Amino acid sequence: MNTPAGQKGTDTVKRGLAEMLKGGVIMDVVNVEQAKLAEAAGAVAVMALERVPADIRAVGGVARMADPSIVGSIVAAVEIPVMAKSRIGHFVEAQILASLGVDYIDESEVLSPVDEFHIDKWSYDVPFVCGAKDLGEALRRIGEGAAMIRTKGEPGTGNVVEAVRHMRTMTSQIRSLTLLGADEIMSAAKDLAAPYALVKEVAETGKLPVVNFAAGGIATPADAALMMQLGCDGIFVGSGIFKSGDPDARARAIVEATTFYKDAEKIAKVSRNLGEAMVGLNIDTLSPDELMQHRGL
Amino acid sequence: MPLVGALALQGDFREHLTMISDLGAEGVEVRTPEELADVDCLIVPGGESTAIGRLATRYGMMDPLRQRIRAGMPVLGTCAGMIFLGSSTTGRAQPQLGVLDVVVERNAFGRQQESFEAYLDVKGFDRPMPAVFIRAPWIEKVGEDVDVMATVSDPTSGREFPVFVRSGNVIAISFHPELTRDARVHELLLSLVGSVNDEER
Repeated sequence: MNTPAGQKGTDTVKRGLAEMLKGGVIMDVVNVEQAKLAEAAGAVAVMALERVPADIRAVGGVARMADPSIVGSIVAAVEIPVMAKSRIGHFVEAQILASLGVDYIDESEVLSPVDEFHIDKWSYDVPFVCGAKDLGEALRRIGEGAAMIRTKGEPGTGNVVEAVRHMRTMTSQIRSLTLLGADEIMSAAKDLAAPYALVKEVAETGKLPVVNFAAGGIATPADAALMMQLGCDGIFVGSGIFKSGDPDARARAIVEATTFYKDAEKIAKVSRNLGEAMVGLNIDTLSPDELMQHRGL
Repeated sequence: MPLVGALALQGDFREHLTMISDLGAEGVEVRTPEELADVDCLIVPGGESTAIGRLATRYGMMDPLRQRIRAGMPVLGTCAGMIFLGSSTTGRAQPQLGVLDVVVERNAFGRQQESFEAYLDVKGFDRPMPAVFIRAPWIEKVGEDVDVMATVSDPTSGREFPVFVRSGNVIAISFHPELTRDARVHELLLSLVGSVNDEER
């Protein structure tokens, strides 16, 4: 006989859920109807929000955690995991989201940061995902307890260029680490401003110790497959689905392109007749204070 | 050595294939009926069972999978894989193969904050198995020809629920040995290749 009086909230349990999401698509949703559409389209999880990033950009002002009634209704409506965003450093928003039963918290630069310090994520049973532009940032977040990483990209733009840049940067930095001798690791940790033990681990294994998804600007099936071929473990789509002409068809197509990411014929097939993609923004038309990727380094 | 397939529509199939290569067998990702035809046994990994079921339906994998498994191909389903092999769930209908006569309860232990790791006593194993349960299912009801290899007791009702079962060539478990690197279930799968009757080979 066995009792489930096991240990909750361990690294294996928290990082393990992200392992199960690999090869899948996590979709931003703002109500129960969108959450059900995402689940039926084959999403592996949904991100419950009050507004998608493109609308957060349009509205301006301070962006906060979603109304608990929105998060709670989505938690009750679907069987797949539900994630929700807290502001960077806002540990009370994180406590509230944990109490609502969310399966993952995204401590996200899409919302307005409240502190120069990030949340102490080790102290929660619920796992956290955080954004990163480069390896140092990813390892600082993992050092604070993040159980999953995603590229920051530039959210709400429908422009995948920044996500590509961030993924390429991380991959290249990881590759460089694997070439270092043992006596060079401390200096590399200093340059990356990252914990020595994590830098050493990455140098030895040649990969991040947690799952790494793509996020920030993915709008088409081809964008999703591009990020997968660049080595991401899975895909977040924020505004790209519900700001497009035919969300249902686009959601299904992005899921299928993520599974068959090396098969150009299949990606071509699912990319047909999807209607209008979301209108994109060019990054160089945004002023520096409109860029979300520079929040919370 | 047998060629081991991992259904690679979604989930942690790479971790399973790493364990297979550590055991000295050859592993391959399976996404199409053609790729399925080449393998001697199959692993259905952890992941999201609705996503795996929808992709398998959309890409014409349901019938080829049923055919191979009913003809005797050894198969191991972990977590989402257990749900996918089963005949029904206690919740909403979703695509399932129905090759294992069990009723599955999804997210039986609760949401992610209730996920846990523990040691599990397994029938026929000489020492307990480390088991990671992640938003895991358990089996609500087993059919006649299903052997229960391990159970957990529900803290609220005290009832015992199977989390490791076998029926002939079909093995299903609620937890993730691919995360703890305990190879005994994978060895069991490999031992079935050639020992159970697989008519298609």
